[in-house]
Amino acid sequence: MNGPHDLGGQMGFGPVAPEKDEPYFHAEWEKRALGITLSCGAFGAWTIDESRHARENIPPADYLAASYYEIWARALEVLLERHGFATRAEVDVGVKQNEPAVPKRILKADMVPGVLARGGPCDRPVEAQPVFKPGDRVRTRNFNPETHTRLPRYARAKTGVVEAVQGSYVFPDDNAHGKGENPQWVYTVVFDAGEIWGEGADPTLTVSIDAWESYLERV
Amino acid sequence: MHDHDHHQDHDHDHHHDNRYSDMQARVRALETVLSEKGLIDPGAIDAIVETYETKIGPRNGAHVVAKAWSDPDFADWLKRDATAAIGSLGYTGRQGEHMRAVFNTPDTHNLVVCTLCSCYPWSVLGLPPVWYKAPAYRSRAVIDPRGVLAEFGVTLPEGKRIRVWDSTAELRYLVIPERPEGTEGLGEEELADLVSRDAMIGTAVAGAAS
Repeated sequence: MNGPHDLGGQMGFGPVAPEKDEPYFHAEWEKRALGITLSCGAFGAWTIDESRHARENIPPADYLAASYYEIWARALEVLLERHGFATRAEVDVGVKQNEPAVPKRILKADMVPGVLARGGPCDRPVEAQPVFKPGDRVRTRNFNPETHTRLPRYARAKTGVVEAVQGSYVFPDDNAHGKGENPQWVYTVVFDAGEIWGEGADPTLTVSIDAWESYLERV
Repeated sequence: MHDHDHHQDHDHDHHHDNRYSDMQARVRALETVLSEKGLIDPGAIDAIVETYETKIGPRNGAHVVAKAWSDPDFADWLKRDATAAIGSLGYTGRQGEHMRAVFNTPDTHNLVVCTLCSCYPWSVLGLPPVWYKAPAYRSRAVIDPRGVLAEFGVTLPEGKRIRVWDSTAELRYLVIPERPEGTEGLGEEELADLVSRDAMIGTAVAGAAS
Protein backbone atom coordinates (compact mmCIF):
# COMPACT_ATOMS: atom_id res chain seq x y z
CA MET A 1 0.00 0.00 0.00
CA ASN A 2 1.10 3.57 -0.55
CA GLY A 3 1.15 4.22 3.17
CA PRO A 4 2.99 6.58 5.48
CA HIS A 5 5.68 3.96 6.05
CA ASP A 6 7.00 4.19 2.48
CA LEU A 7 9.42 7.00 3.23
CA GLY A 8 12.27 6.70 0.74
CA GLY A 9 12.91 10.07 -0.90
CA GLN A 10 10.30 12.04 1.05
CA MET A 11 11.44 15.41 2.36
CA GLY A 12 10.81 17.76 5.23
CA PHE A 13 11.59 15.61 8.27
CA GLY A 14 14.63 17.65 9.26
CA PRO A 15 18.04 16.44 10.39
CA VAL A 16 18.62 12.89 11.59
CA ALA A 17 19.72 14.00 15.04
CA PRO A 18 21.49 10.93 16.45
CA GLU A 19 21.47 10.82 20.24
CA LYS A 20 24.80 10.40 21.98
CA ASP A 21 25.00 7.32 24.22
CA GLU A 22 21.41 6.50 23.40
CA PRO A 23 19.77 4.06 25.82
CA TYR A 24 17.98 1.03 24.38
CA PHE A 25 14.72 2.29 25.87
CA HIS A 26 13.51 5.79 26.64
CA ALA A 27 10.65 4.79 28.94
CA GLU A 28 9.54 1.71 30.85
CA TRP A 29 6.53 1.25 28.59
CA GLU A 30 8.82 0.79 25.60
CA LYS A 31 10.32 -2.28 27.27
CA ARG A 32 6.89 -3.71 27.90
CA ALA A 33 5.73 -2.87 24.36
CA LEU A 34 8.69 -4.77 22.92
CA GLY A 35 8.13 -7.78 25.15
CA ILE A 36 4.36 -7.87 24.65
CA THR A 37 4.74 -7.58 20.88
CA LEU A 38 7.19 -10.49 20.75
CA SER A 39 5.09 -12.54 23.19
CA CYS A 40 1.96 -12.05 21.11
CA GLY A 41 3.87 -12.91 17.96
CA ALA A 42 4.50 -16.29 19.56
CA PHE A 43 0.72 -17.00 19.48
CA GLY A 44 1.25 -18.07 15.89
CA ALA A 45 -1.95 -16.28 14.85
CA TRP A 46 -0.40 -13.84 12.41
CA THR A 47 2.78 -13.51 10.36
CA ILE A 48 5.46 -10.84 10.48
CA ASP A 49 4.08 -9.67 7.13
CA GLU A 50 0.59 -9.20 8.54
CA SER A 51 2.04 -7.29 11.50
CA ARG A 52 4.02 -5.01 9.17
CA HIS A 53 0.85 -4.33 7.20
CA ALA A 54 -1.01 -3.47 10.40
CA ARG A 55 1.67 -0.88 11.16
CA GLU A 56 1.42 0.57 7.64
CA ASN A 57 -2.32 0.99 8.12
CA ILE A 58 -1.96 3.42 11.00
CA PRO A 59 -3.35 6.74 9.71
CA PRO A 60 -0.49 8.78 8.22
CA ALA A 61 -0.64 11.70 10.64
CA ASP A 62 -0.53 9.32 13.59
CA TYR A 63 2.18 7.12 12.06
CA LEU A 64 4.51 10.02 11.39
CA ALA A 65 4.02 11.50 14.85
CA ALA A 66 4.48 8.24 16.72
CA SER A 67 7.62 6.72 18.15
CA TYR A 68 8.37 3.29 16.77
CA TYR A 69 7.25 1.43 19.88
CA GLU A 70 3.98 3.36 19.71
CA ILE A 71 3.59 2.19 16.12
CA TRP A 72 4.15 -1.38 17.32
CA ALA A 73 1.69 -1.07 20.18
CA ARG A 74 -1.05 0.48 18.06
CA ALA A 75 -0.69 -2.18 15.40
CA LEU A 76 -0.64 -4.92 18.02
CA GLU A 77 -4.02 -3.79 19.35
CA VAL A 78 -5.45 -4.14 15.85
CA LEU A 79 -4.02 -7.65 15.48
CA LEU A 80 -5.24 -8.73 18.91
CA GLU A 81 -8.77 -7.60 18.11
CA ARG A 82 -8.74 -9.05 14.57
CA HIS A 83 -7.70 -12.46 15.86
CA GLY A 84 -9.96 -12.56 18.90
CA PHE A 85 -7.43 -12.18 21.70
CA ALA A 86 -8.41 -8.78 23.14
CA THR A 87 -10.79 -6.02 22.14
CA ARG A 88 -10.09 -2.33 22.05
CA ALA A 89 -12.79 -1.92 24.70
CA GLU A 90 -10.90 -4.24 27.01
CA VAL A 91 -7.68 -2.30 26.59
CA ASP A 92 -9.59 0.96 27.12
CA VAL A 93 -10.58 -0.12 30.60
CA GLY A 94 -7.70 -2.49 31.32
CA VAL A 95 -10.01 -5.32 32.35
CA LYS A 96 -10.72 -8.69 30.77
CA GLN A 97 -14.27 -8.89 29.44
CA ASN A 98 -14.23 -11.84 27.03
CA GLU A 99 -12.65 -15.25 26.75
CA PRO A 100 -9.86 -15.06 24.20
CA ALA A 101 -9.16 -17.20 21.18
CA VAL A 102 -6.76 -20.07 21.87
CA PRO A 103 -3.21 -19.35 20.70
CA LYS A 104 -0.97 -22.04 19.25
CA ARG A 105 1.55 -21.32 21.99
CA ILE A 106 2.12 -19.04 24.93
CA LEU A 107 5.63 -17.73 25.44
CA LYS A 108 6.90 -18.53 28.94
CA ALA A 109 10.05 -17.06 30.46
CA ASP A 110 12.03 -20.29 30.15
CA MET A 111 11.26 -20.47 26.42
CA VAL A 112 12.63 -17.01 25.65
CA PRO A 113 16.33 -17.83 25.07
CA GLY A 114 15.49 -20.65 22.66
CA VAL A 115 12.84 -18.70 20.78
CA LEU A 116 15.09 -15.66 20.30
CA ALA A 117 18.07 -17.81 19.29
CA ARG A 118 16.00 -19.64 16.68
CA GLY A 119 14.26 -16.60 15.26
CA GLY A 120 11.91 -17.11 12.35
CA PRO A 121 13.75 -18.08 9.18
CA CYS A 122 11.62 -17.37 6.11
CA ASP A 123 13.68 -19.01 3.37
CA ARG A 124 11.66 -21.69 1.63
CA PRO A 125 12.53 -24.03 -1.23
CA VAL A 126 10.95 -23.45 -4.64
CA GLU A 127 10.98 -25.91 -7.50
CA ALA A 128 11.52 -23.44 -10.33
CA GLN A 129 14.97 -22.19 -11.23
CA PRO A 130 15.58 -18.44 -10.85
CA VAL A 131 14.44 -16.51 -13.91
CA PHE A 132 17.20 -13.90 -13.59
CA LYS A 133 20.93 -14.14 -13.02
CA PRO A 134 23.56 -11.67 -11.88
CA GLY A 135 24.23 -9.04 -14.55
CA ASP A 136 20.71 -9.15 -16.03
CA ARG A 137 19.04 -5.81 -16.64
CA VAL A 138 15.58 -5.71 -15.14
CA ARG A 139 12.76 -3.24 -14.75
CA THR A 140 10.64 -3.13 -11.63
CA ARG A 141 6.92 -3.28 -12.16
CA ASN A 142 4.69 -0.30 -11.75
CA PHE A 143 1.84 -1.12 -9.41
CA ASN A 144 0.01 0.56 -6.57
CA PRO A 145 -1.77 -2.13 -4.57
CA GLU A 146 -3.85 -1.22 -1.55
CA THR A 147 -2.45 -4.40 -0.04
CA HIS A 148 1.00 -5.10 1.43
CA THR A 149 4.08 -4.91 -0.75
CA ARG A 150 7.80 -4.57 -0.18
CA LEU A 151 8.52 -2.76 -3.42
CA PRO A 152 8.96 0.86 -2.35
CA ARG A 153 7.38 3.58 -4.45
CA TYR A 154 10.72 5.17 -5.31
CA ALA A 155 11.86 1.91 -6.90
CA ARG A 156 8.81 1.18 -9.09
CA ALA A 157 9.15 1.25 -12.90
CA LYS A 158 12.92 1.66 -12.60
CA THR A 159 15.64 -0.13 -14.54
CA GLY A 160 18.50 -1.70 -12.65
CA VAL A 161 20.89 -4.62 -12.67
CA VAL A 162 20.58 -7.90 -10.80
CA GLU A 163 23.62 -8.15 -8.55
CA ALA A 164 22.85 -11.36 -6.67
CA VAL A 165 20.34 -14.17 -6.41
CA GLN A 166 19.71 -14.27 -2.67
CA GLY A 167 17.66 -17.42 -2.30
CA SER A 168 13.94 -18.09 -2.17
CA TYR A 169 11.75 -16.61 0.51
CA VAL A 170 8.15 -16.29 1.67
CA PHE A 171 6.33 -13.75 -0.52
CA PRO A 172 5.09 -11.01 1.82
CA ASP A 173 2.54 -9.53 -0.59
CA ASP A 174 0.54 -12.78 -0.27
CA ASN A 175 1.54 -13.88 3.20
CA ALA A 176 0.42 -10.62 4.82
CA HIS A 177 -3.13 -11.38 3.72
CA GLY A 178 -3.43 -15.05 4.60
CA LYS A 179 -2.92 -16.16 1.01
CA GLY A 180 -0.07 -18.50 1.83
CA GLU A 181 3.70 -18.26 1.82
CA ASN A 182 4.05 -18.76 -1.98
CA PRO A 183 7.85 -18.43 -1.90
CA GLN A 184 9.74 -16.76 -4.74
CA TRP A 185 13.34 -16.06 -5.64
CA VAL A 186 14.70 -12.82 -4.22
CA TYR A 187 17.30 -10.72 -6.02
CA THR A 188 19.43 -7.78 -5.01
CA VAL A 189 18.81 -5.20 -7.73
CA VAL A 190 21.04 -2.13 -8.01
CA PHE A 191 19.96 1.20 -9.46
CA ASP A 192 22.01 4.25 -10.35
CA ALA A 193 20.76 7.23 -8.35
CA GLY A 194 20.11 9.03 -11.66
CA GLU A 195 17.59 6.36 -12.67
CA ILE A 196 15.68 6.84 -9.42
CA TRP A 197 16.05 10.52 -8.69
CA GLY A 198 16.76 12.05 -12.08
CA GLU A 199 18.18 15.54 -12.35
CA GLY A 200 20.67 16.47 -9.68
CA ALA A 201 21.12 12.93 -8.41
CA ASP A 202 24.42 12.12 -6.68
CA PRO A 203 26.56 10.59 -9.48
CA THR A 204 28.50 8.51 -6.95
CA LEU A 205 25.36 6.93 -5.48
CA THR A 206 23.82 3.54 -6.19
CA VAL A 207 20.86 2.15 -4.27
CA SER A 208 19.82 -1.48 -4.03
CA ILE A 209 16.63 -3.17 -2.99
CA ASP A 210 15.91 -6.83 -2.43
CA ALA A 211 13.15 -7.70 -4.86
CA TRP A 212 10.93 -10.75 -5.17
CA GLU A 213 10.91 -12.24 -8.66
CA SER A 214 7.37 -11.11 -9.47
CA TYR A 215 8.41 -7.48 -8.89
CA LEU A 216 10.74 -7.72 -11.88
CA GLU A 217 10.50 -7.82 -15.67
CA ARG A 218 13.32 -8.44 -18.09
CA VAL A 219 14.46 -5.40 -20.04
CA MET B 1 -5.33 6.48 23.28
CA HIS B 2 -8.43 8.21 24.66
CA ASP B 3 -8.48 7.17 28.26
CA HIS B 4 -10.98 9.69 29.54
CA ASP B 5 -10.95 8.52 33.14
CA HIS B 6 -7.28 9.11 33.61
CA HIS B 7 -6.35 11.84 31.19
CA GLN B 8 -8.73 14.75 31.68
CA ASP B 9 -5.84 17.13 31.47
CA HIS B 10 -5.22 17.25 27.76
CA ASP B 11 -6.89 17.76 24.45
CA HIS B 12 -8.16 14.40 23.31
CA ASP B 13 -7.97 15.30 19.66
CA HIS B 14 -4.29 16.16 19.91
CA HIS B 15 -2.89 13.48 22.13
CA HIS B 16 0.58 13.40 20.62
CA ASP B 17 2.03 15.95 22.97
CA ASN B 18 1.17 13.56 25.74
CA ARG B 19 1.77 10.31 23.96
CA TYR B 20 4.42 9.13 26.39
CA SER B 21 2.12 9.37 29.37
CA ASP B 22 -0.73 7.98 27.27
CA MET B 23 1.42 5.13 26.12
CA GLN B 24 2.45 4.20 29.65
CA ALA B 25 -1.18 3.78 30.64
CA ARG B 26 -2.15 2.11 27.38
CA VAL B 27 0.64 -0.45 27.39
CA ARG B 28 0.07 -1.19 31.09
CA ALA B 29 -3.60 -1.85 30.30
CA LEU B 30 -2.61 -4.09 27.41
CA GLU B 31 -0.26 -6.11 29.60
CA THR B 32 -2.88 -6.37 32.35
CA VAL B 33 -5.61 -7.64 30.05
CA LEU B 34 -3.37 -10.14 28.29
CA SER B 35 -1.99 -11.40 31.60
CA GLU B 36 -5.51 -11.81 33.06
CA LYS B 37 -6.35 -13.91 30.03
CA GLY B 38 -3.28 -16.05 30.56
CA LEU B 39 -1.98 -15.13 27.11
CA ILE B 40 1.32 -13.63 28.16
CA ASP B 41 3.84 -14.30 30.90
CA PRO B 42 5.23 -11.05 32.35
CA GLY B 43 8.36 -13.04 33.20
CA ALA B 44 8.87 -13.71 29.50
CA ILE B 45 8.69 -9.97 28.83
CA ASP B 46 11.33 -9.40 31.51
CA ALA B 47 13.51 -12.07 29.91
CA ILE B 48 13.16 -10.50 26.45
CA VAL B 49 14.07 -7.05 27.76
CA GLU B 50 17.02 -8.41 29.73
CA THR B 51 18.31 -10.21 26.65
CA TYR B 52 18.38 -7.05 24.57
CA GLU B 53 19.67 -4.85 27.39
CA THR B 54 22.53 -7.10 28.44
CA LYS B 55 23.23 -9.97 26.03
CA ILE B 56 22.64 -8.93 22.42
CA GLY B 57 24.16 -5.68 21.22
CA PRO B 58 26.79 -4.05 18.96
CA ARG B 59 29.57 -5.85 20.81
CA ASN B 60 28.51 -8.96 18.87
CA GLY B 61 28.95 -7.20 15.55
CA ALA B 62 32.26 -5.65 16.61
CA HIS B 63 33.53 -9.16 17.33
CA VAL B 64 32.52 -10.22 13.80
CA VAL B 65 34.30 -7.22 12.27
CA ALA B 66 37.46 -7.67 14.34
CA LYS B 67 37.63 -11.32 13.36
CA ALA B 68 37.14 -10.44 9.69
CA TRP B 69 40.02 -7.94 9.93
CA SER B 70 42.27 -10.49 11.66
CA ASP B 71 41.45 -13.69 9.83
CA PRO B 72 41.31 -13.68 6.01
CA ASP B 73 39.64 -17.11 5.96
CA PHE B 74 36.87 -15.84 8.20
CA ALA B 75 36.50 -12.73 6.02
CA ASP B 76 36.12 -14.97 2.96
CA TRP B 77 33.51 -17.07 4.73
CA LEU B 78 31.68 -13.91 5.74
CA LYS B 79 31.57 -12.82 2.10
CA ARG B 80 30.30 -16.19 0.91
CA ASP B 81 27.93 -17.15 3.74
CA ALA B 82 27.54 -14.47 6.38
CA THR B 83 24.76 -16.30 8.21
CA ALA B 84 26.99 -19.32 8.84
CA ALA B 85 30.16 -17.34 9.56
CA ILE B 86 28.38 -15.12 12.07
CA GLY B 87 26.55 -18.12 13.50
CA SER B 88 29.90 -19.79 14.17
CA LEU B 89 30.56 -17.05 16.73
CA GLY B 90 27.26 -17.80 18.45
CA TYR B 91 25.25 -14.91 16.99
CA THR B 92 22.04 -16.28 15.55
CA GLY B 93 18.33 -15.85 15.75
CA ARG B 94 15.70 -13.21 15.61
CA GLN B 95 16.28 -10.56 12.93
CA GLY B 96 19.59 -12.18 12.01
CA GLU B 97 18.25 -15.30 10.31
CA HIS B 98 19.51 -14.31 6.86
CA MET B 99 22.67 -12.22 7.12
CA ARG B 100 24.77 -10.48 4.50
CA ALA B 101 28.09 -8.75 5.20
CA VAL B 102 29.01 -5.83 2.95
CA PHE B 103 32.62 -4.67 2.94
CA ASN B 104 33.71 -1.07 2.71
CA THR B 105 36.67 -0.57 0.37
CA PRO B 106 38.85 2.40 -0.58
CA ASP B 107 36.42 2.92 -3.51
CA THR B 108 33.03 2.28 -1.94
CA HIS B 109 31.24 3.15 1.28
CA ASN B 110 28.19 1.11 2.27
CA LEU B 111 25.16 2.44 4.15
CA VAL B 112 22.20 0.39 5.39
CA VAL B 113 18.61 1.59 5.78
CA CYS B 114 15.09 0.22 5.90
CA THR B 115 12.91 2.80 4.19
CA LEU B 116 9.72 0.74 4.72
CA CYS B 117 9.97 -0.10 8.43
CA SER B 118 12.87 -0.77 10.78
CA CYS B 119 14.63 -3.91 9.53
CA TYR B 120 17.96 -4.17 11.35
CA PRO B 121 20.36 -7.01 12.19
CA TRP B 122 19.37 -7.55 15.82
CA SER B 123 21.59 -10.61 16.30
CA VAL B 124 24.75 -8.59 15.76
CA LEU B 125 23.74 -5.00 16.59
CA GLY B 126 20.93 -5.41 19.11
CA LEU B 127 17.89 -3.15 19.05
CA PRO B 128 18.07 -0.25 16.58
CA PRO B 129 18.53 3.34 17.76
CA VAL B 130 15.56 5.69 17.49
CA TRP B 131 17.04 7.64 14.57
CA TYR B 132 17.33 4.47 12.46
CA LYS B 133 13.56 3.92 12.77
CA ALA B 134 12.55 7.58 12.38
CA PRO B 135 11.37 9.31 9.19
CA ALA B 136 14.35 11.65 8.76
CA TYR B 137 16.86 8.83 8.27
CA ARG B 138 14.53 6.48 6.42
CA SER B 139 13.51 9.17 3.92
CA ARG B 140 16.93 10.70 3.22
CA ALA B 141 19.38 7.80 3.33
CA VAL B 142 18.41 6.72 -0.20
CA ILE B 143 18.42 10.16 -1.82
CA ASP B 144 20.94 12.24 0.15
CA PRO B 145 23.33 9.90 1.95
CA ARG B 146 26.13 12.45 1.95
CA GLY B 147 23.89 14.93 3.72
CA VAL B 148 22.93 12.26 6.24
CA LEU B 149 26.57 11.28 6.80
CA ALA B 150 27.48 14.93 7.40
CA GLU B 151 25.03 14.97 10.30
CA PHE B 152 27.02 12.10 11.79
CA GLY B 153 30.24 14.05 11.28
CA VAL B 154 31.36 11.87 8.37
CA THR B 155 32.67 13.45 5.18
CA LEU B 156 33.61 11.04 2.41
CA PRO B 157 36.04 11.94 -0.37
CA GLU B 158 34.12 13.49 -3.28
CA GLY B 159 34.72 10.68 -5.74
CA LYS B 160 34.09 7.83 -3.32
CA ARG B 161 31.13 5.74 -4.36
CA ILE B 162 28.24 5.26 -1.95
CA ARG B 163 26.14 2.14 -2.02
CA VAL B 164 22.91 2.26 -0.04
CA TRP B 165 21.27 -1.05 0.85
CA ASP B 166 17.54 -0.73 1.41
CA SER B 167 16.51 -3.73 3.52
CA THR B 168 13.26 -4.46 1.71
CA ALA B 169 13.30 -8.26 2.20
CA GLU B 170 14.42 -10.50 5.05
CA LEU B 171 18.16 -10.13 4.41
CA ARG B 172 19.89 -8.21 7.16
CA TYR B 173 23.02 -6.26 6.35
CA LEU B 174 26.15 -5.76 8.45
CA VAL B 175 28.71 -3.24 7.16
CA ILE B 176 32.32 -4.34 7.59
CA PRO B 177 34.17 -1.03 7.85
CA GLU B 178 37.68 -0.49 6.57
CA ARG B 179 40.34 -1.38 9.09
CA PRO B 180 41.94 1.80 10.42
CA GLU B 181 45.57 2.41 9.56
CA GLY B 182 48.17 1.77 12.23
CA THR B 183 46.27 -1.11 13.84
CA GLU B 184 48.48 -3.93 12.57
CA GLY B 185 49.67 -4.95 16.02
CA LEU B 186 46.27 -5.07 17.68
CA GLY B 187 44.46 -8.23 18.77
CA GLU B 188 40.80 -8.97 18.15
CA GLU B 189 39.67 -7.53 21.49
CA GLU B 190 41.44 -4.23 20.88
CA LEU B 191 40.23 -4.10 17.30
CA ALA B 192 36.65 -4.67 18.41
CA ASP B 193 36.96 -1.57 20.61
CA LEU B 194 37.45 0.49 17.43
CA VAL B 195 34.16 -0.66 15.88
CA SER B 196 31.09 1.36 16.79
CA ARG B 197 27.48 0.43 16.13
CA ASP B 198 27.23 3.27 13.63
CA ALA B 199 30.30 2.03 11.73
CA MET B 200 28.43 -1.23 11.16
CA ILE B 201 25.35 0.63 9.84
CA GLY B 202 27.57 2.84 7.69
CA THR B 203 26.93 6.17 9.43
CA ALA B 204 30.45 6.18 10.88
CA VAL B 205 33.88 4.86 10.02
CA ALA B 206 35.87 2.57 12.27
CA GLY B 207 38.30 4.04 14.72
CA ALA B 208 36.45 7.31 15.03
CA ALA B 209 35.08 8.38 18.37
CA SER B 210 31.55 7.07 18.67
